[in-house]
Amino acid sequence: MISITLNGQKMEASAEKSILEIARENGIDIPTLCYNKKLTLFSGCRICVVEIAGRKSLAASCSTRPLEGMVIQTHSDKVLKSRREILDLLISNHPEDLFIQTKVGNNKLQEYAKEYEVLKGSYEGEKKNYEVDSVNAVYIRDQNKCIVCGQCVNVCDQVQISHTYDYLGKGFNTKIGTAFDLPISTDNCRLCGQCVSACPTGALIHKQLADIEPAKITKVRTTCPFCGTGCNFDLNIVDGKVVGVTPLEEATVNGTELCVKGRYHSDMIGSKHRLTTPLIKKNGVFVEATYDEAFEYIIDNIKKIKDKYGADSLAGLSSARCVNEDNYIFQKLFRAGFGTNNVDHCART
Amino acid sequence: MTNSIGEIEHNDVLFIIGSNTTEAHPIIGNQMKKAVQRGSKLIVIDPRKTELATMAKYHLSLKSGTDAALINGLMHIIIRENWQDNDYIAKRCTGYESLKENVANYPPELVEEITGISQDILYEVAKLYSNTKKAGIFYTLGITEHTTGTDNVMNLANLGMLTGHIGFENAGINPLRGQNNVQGACDMAALPNYFPGYKACDDKKNIELFEKYWDVKLSDHIGLRIPEMFDSAVDGDVKGMYVMGEDPVLTDADANHVRKALLSLDLLIVQNIFMTETAKLAHVILPATSYAEKDGTFTNTERRVQRVRKAVEPPKGVMLDWKIVAEIAKKSGYKGFDYNSAEEIFEEIRKTMPTYAGITYERIDKDGLQWGCPDLESPGSKFLHACEFIRGKGLMLPIEYLPPAELVNDEYPVLMNTGRMLYHYNVSTRISDTLEAISPVERVEIHPEDAKKHDLNKDSIVRVTSRRGTITANIRITKRVQPGTIFMTFHFHESPVNELTNSAFDPVTKTAEYKVTAVKLAKEA
Repeated sequence: MISITLNGQKMEASAEKSILEIARENGIDIPTLCYNKKLTLFSGCRICVVEIAGRKSLAASCSTRPLEGMVIQTHSDKVLKSRREILDLLISNHPEDLFIQTKVGNNKLQEYAKEYEVLKGSYEGEKKNYEVDSVNAVYIRDQNKCIVCGQCVNVCDQVQISHTYDYLGKGFNTKIGTAFDLPISTDNCRLCGQCVSACPTGALIHKQLADIEPAKITKVRTTCPFCGTGCNFDLNIVDGKVVGVTPLEEATVNGTELCVKGRYHSDMIGSKHRLTTPLIKKNGVFVEATYDEAFEYIIDNIKKIKDKYGADSLAGLSSARCVNEDNYIFQKLFRAGFGTNNVDHCART
Repeated sequence: MTNSIGEIEHNDVLFIIGSNTTEAHPIIGNQMKKAVQRGSKLIVIDPRKTELATMAKYHLSLKSGTDAALINGLMHIIIRENWQDNDYIAKRCTGYESLKENVANYPPELVEEITGISQDILYEVAKLYSNTKKAGIFYTLGITEHTTGTDNVMNLANLGMLTGHIGFENAGINPLRGQNNVQGACDMAALPNYFPGYKACDDKKNIELFEKYWDVKLSDHIGLRIPEMFDSAVDGDVKGMYVMGEDPVLTDADANHVRKALLSLDLLIVQNIFMTETAKLAHVILPATSYAEKDGTFTNTERRVQRVRKAVEPPKGVMLDWKIVAEIAKKSGYKGFDYNSAEEIFEEIRKTMPTYAGITYERIDKDGLQWGCPDLESPGSKFLHACEFIRGKGLMLPIEYLPPAELVNDEYPVLMNTGRMLYHYNVSTRISDTLEAISPVERVEIHPEDAKKHDLNKDSIVRVTSRRGTITANIRITKRVQPGTIFMTFHFHESPVNELTNSAFDPVTKTAEYKVTAVKLAKEA
């Protein structure tokens, strides 16, 4: 441990951590665009700069470790001026809809622009003019809004490990692209959407959440209903309807990782194909009924079968898709109710 | 799993057999790929060239269904080279001598002939696995969905015990459970031979215990497993079935037999959220609630019990699943179904199952807990069998190789394998417009040589016929599959692959041989 002074406060700090990490642990919010604690350092966006006493230039806090006696300012006038300048340069190069566009999840560029009151870019000049890539089913890629922070490239290389993206071109013409600069498809991408969550701008947007106003969303944490991994995520709800899925950092098993099914399945929930009323088959045709009518039908027929053929003439299939509580009560109905152990589920499938 | 998902990234060797992890368990697959980037070595044993196989140090593209011979061959080499862990075997295992005797009959020459894997590769794999401490075995349905599934699993346990690789962090035997709550459904005893918590339901002591819990007289003999239920229905012994949350017509082997069984019932009750193929055959359908509309818990593949939370209201008028079951019970006059919430049911689960006793909704509000968790102070169990096996001494059982039930012949010369793919999950995800848009049709994977032989191009439709049925589907020409084999998923009702599969099943678990079906191909269009 070493002693440093952070925003006027003397403290002990680990020399193994970055100034950014130490500041965040102490409740000081330093903005970051390209930084992601799960990925290797990129240090390209420079928005996280801080002032270190005795140094002429500002330092990127994400990639600078403290030294004994260091005096650091995270929000000095010089720092704020520099951050505004960085935002000005980014916004000057951004399509004009920065403050109109909505993005559920990570939308840091817009948030910082508001926070640092950089509402318009002051530099005029050439702007990017790329075609929007929207042919795949799940997300939209608009390179005109890309700030080349590298998050999508790095998350795909280091977390999803599909290597879908790389940097194409040089200087002002640098953009993010796929092999042969082809549009995103199942041929070059697993459509997991992790790049969309990592992207701090509107360059990558989920189609399902594209027109959703973030402020209207409430979130409920739950467990994924597909494979046995048990990923956790937030269901995003607007007006009592599930509109999409976003990851949550504190998920034990998966962190912010999700696969294509976990992330994009949620349009099943409110599907028009859902069954909404009990049905009883009469003369080969299903007729709508109430639950009470259905229960009466079921109980009568079960009694008839049980009386005539015994409890073991009944059998039940429970489900590995249902919750524990449903499975428990279902097997209890067969064992303690009907009196048979004829209960099984798709563990064998 | 005897280990946890979080350990995978730090394994030095991952021995992956019969698991297409990056498609069937994508997030676990990511951890495996991260391990590779760290320098871990993959041994992938799979007839198909899966994504992980392309990253593997050794990809053993064995002949389908020859797993037992392969594992015996590896153990033969390990013992011959004296790479086994003698201390571990002496302290923790029993049955070593008979295992040794058995695997002596599987010399590399013979194993090469059976499996198609060269002796050199067998030697290298045996050496790498047995001489690496942090070496974990991972398997999925490629091991179990065979007539020899139980034997295969026991043989992997033999391999793990022989090399002293079970009961440590980063070393164990890890079945990756296929479905979100298959672990939980087994724990809850949606099984014909157990009470909750794996207590044999034909054991007098257990019967007395549960008669006390539930205050009712219980049956004294084990029940029917799924394939036996269908057979009994056809025979007229089972007359009424209640199917909650499953679609066996599409998911169970030999669909025509399943359909026949369900059609011969006097009463078929189906409780589901969609009109499934099975529901269409029902006498009565009860609409139910999706996971987003209910409270409860799922137990994942690493035994972690996690919360499911009600996020939205169910469609108007639709009842919760547990309430439907409770209503049927109460209206039938059965005692013990007066629950007011899912949590009250969970409280009863805790009382009947010691491994869940320490788990409460409050404790798992954030992180979930891994059973065994016997009391409220227990942090749960990250890995199992740490100092000794749960049963005491680890039992090594000699396993003989038996060929699959169905072999290719002149009439049915092609071997069909089935499984899942990345973009769909079983038979329900096609309801999602988004997932359907990504992957709207089945594409049978077929090797270029076979495509050529049958005059198929990428736009062709192929007819696939087995002894039990015939279906058509689009194709994908790819070297992922070996010549003479094809691969199909079971996600698409338009090409119901289980009309082809063989319901010949493992004698212990009654799991059908979904992985090996002899078929013939013909160009349809």
